[in-house]
Amino acid sequence: MSPSTPASHPEGTAGGSTTSRRRRRGPRTWLAALPLLAFTGLCFGIPLGAIAFGAVTRTDPSSGATRLTGEHLSRSLQGPYLDSLIGSVQLSALTALIGGVLGVLIAQAVVTSRSQALRSAALTASGVLANFGGVPLAFAFIATVGISGVVTQLADLTGFGWNLYSFTGLTVVYLYFLIPLMVLVIAPALDGLRPQWREAAQNNGATGRQFWRHVGLPVLAPSLLGGFVLLFGTAFAAHATAAALVGGSVPLVTLKIADALSGNVLTGQENVALALGLDMILIAGLVMAVYLPLQRRSARWLR
Amino acid sequence: MAAMTPTPAPTASDAADTAPGSGAAPAGATARTRAPRRRPRPRVWRGAVLLLAGAYFLVPLLASFVFTVHVPGQGIDFEAYTELLAADGFTESMLLSLGLAAATIATSLLLAVPALVAVRLGSPRLRPVVEVMCMLPLVVPPIALVTGITTVLRWGPEHLSRTPLYQTFLAVQDERFPVVLVLAYTVLALPFVYRSLDAGLRAVDVPTLVEAARSCGASWPYVVLRVLLPNLRASLAGAAFLTLALVLGEFTIASLLGFRPFAVWIVTISGAHARMSVAVSILSLLITWLLLLLLSRAGTNPATVSSAPRTSPTSRKES
Repeated sequence: MSPSTPASHPEGTAGGSTTSRRRRRGPRTWLAALPLLAFTGLCFGIPLGAIAFGAVTRTDPSSGATRLTGEHLSRSLQGPYLDSLIGSVQLSALTALIGGVLGVLIAQAVVTSRSQALRSAALTASGVLANFGGVPLAFAFIATVGISGVVTQLADLTGFGWNLYSFTGLTVVYLYFLIPLMVLVIAPALDGLRPQWREAAQNNGATGRQFWRHVGLPVLAPSLLGGFVLLFGTAFAAHATAAALVGGSVPLVTLKIADALSGNVLTGQENVALALGLDMILIAGLVMAVYLPLQRRSARWLR
Repeated sequence: MAAMTPTPAPTASDAADTAPGSGAAPAGATARTRAPRRRPRPRVWRGAVLLLAGAYFLVPLLASFVFTVHVPGQGIDFEAYTELLAADGFTESMLLSLGLAAATIATSLLLAVPALVAVRLGSPRLRPVVEVMCMLPLVVPPIALVTGITTVLRWGPEHLSRTPLYQTFLAVQDERFPVVLVLAYTVLALPFVYRSLDAGLRAVDVPTLVEAARSCGASWPYVVLRVLLPNLRASLAGAAFLTLALVLGEFTIASLLGFRPFAVWIVTISGAHARMSVAVSILSLLITWLLLLLLSRAGTNPATVSSAPRTSPTSRKES
């Protein structure tokens, strides 16, 4: 039972209940985490390795020899592929910016309202709508503001130059799941903005604008930036919505990868898809590298 | 300070309620004049924001419903819904998606729960490793993951056709139940499952619970099944819901690997049956909504989708 027992007999067989648990706990708990680590290593690590390997190598079809090359990566940063990368980044940045601002406004309206019913309804709805991406969303918008959509015909939107199957159209559709996502992310941060701070600022003679400029925004800044980055990453990775909606009329990197994979390009370009995939992972990795520390930082004030 | 601060808020709102005109307030005290004047303005602002937001989020849903039931020139018709069950491929694709979802939920929970509990109990040094392993899939968009998967799957016929592994490659890509999709979805679901379970575990003092149960003579399976899992009910339900939503809506990986679960089926029929594809889209949203409502009833805390609303109360508890 002494503390030294487990250390001196780490392989001891089961004895008294307490000592046996102490003895077994170390190796046993380690084993319980093993399946997860093995699974991610196998099902996530191997495809990831295949992307990295395929993106920088070229296999000669006749001789079967594999050699290192940078041509796939450089080709993925040229011509139509570069356009698609830029298009994706532009669309993601624009939607993340608009979605972030609107999401904060809605979240603030919900959080400051004293109605508990409105609050829980809005948060639940955000939870559902943030997941309502992909194919069903695209079809809902086609039915609403597509060429023969209900609202298009009622309000004669085509007359105003409206086109759902365009960059603008895609922006409007993306906002449908990005705004609720921002509401979900930012609502706890706005909740953490204590009324006492505002009252303290008021008692010191600060105007509403001064309060936001010197207290509110600095406290919220990490959460706001973190939310923006998360929205950017989500919009950047989205493929199903765009695929069901625009097909190929808007250059997006996800659509280009899908094209390359399903063989709609010249043969031998599969590796360009891998290189594009690697580009995406690098950009998304950069985004997450910004997001995670920000999230930690925002947790400091808002608890 | 703490005792004083709650008082100004009610008085300010009382003043706003009883005397909406700011002229009633004495002009000398700046704090008092500002309080009644400030109150009504946010209310207008809030109402406008909520109204616009409500319109933006409700109009597509209502318009989609109108689109499915109103045939121009023929009037109201519920054909899109009544013909759904008889539609070619609907049942198969739905069953496939539900089966994939069940398998994915089971796999991800079976992998994540023991690992996370173990990390809390005895191997804190493994914790960052497990966290990074679980969160990394967030960095890899599904479309990038699928490029890697197709490359790996191509190795089967190219390099491994003479080894017993080849049979595994074939079995994994079985049309009737593509295990490869379960594996890919589990990878995609891990970050959400991890965050949900981690938030749940943070609210529970796992070592104390386990030691209490153990010293009362409970066996390890009993501890896990009857002590730990009931405490994690809400976060388990949250993780399961997120995984279900993810699998039911997943299109990218399935379509590029050539399988036909629910989301891919909707796209394939959209050309010939536009009305029906929209009807199914609305139904899938309603089903998700229903599941989330059921779930928030089941758990004490509404298992909201993002980790953020869930982690904030628990972190408050910790500090």
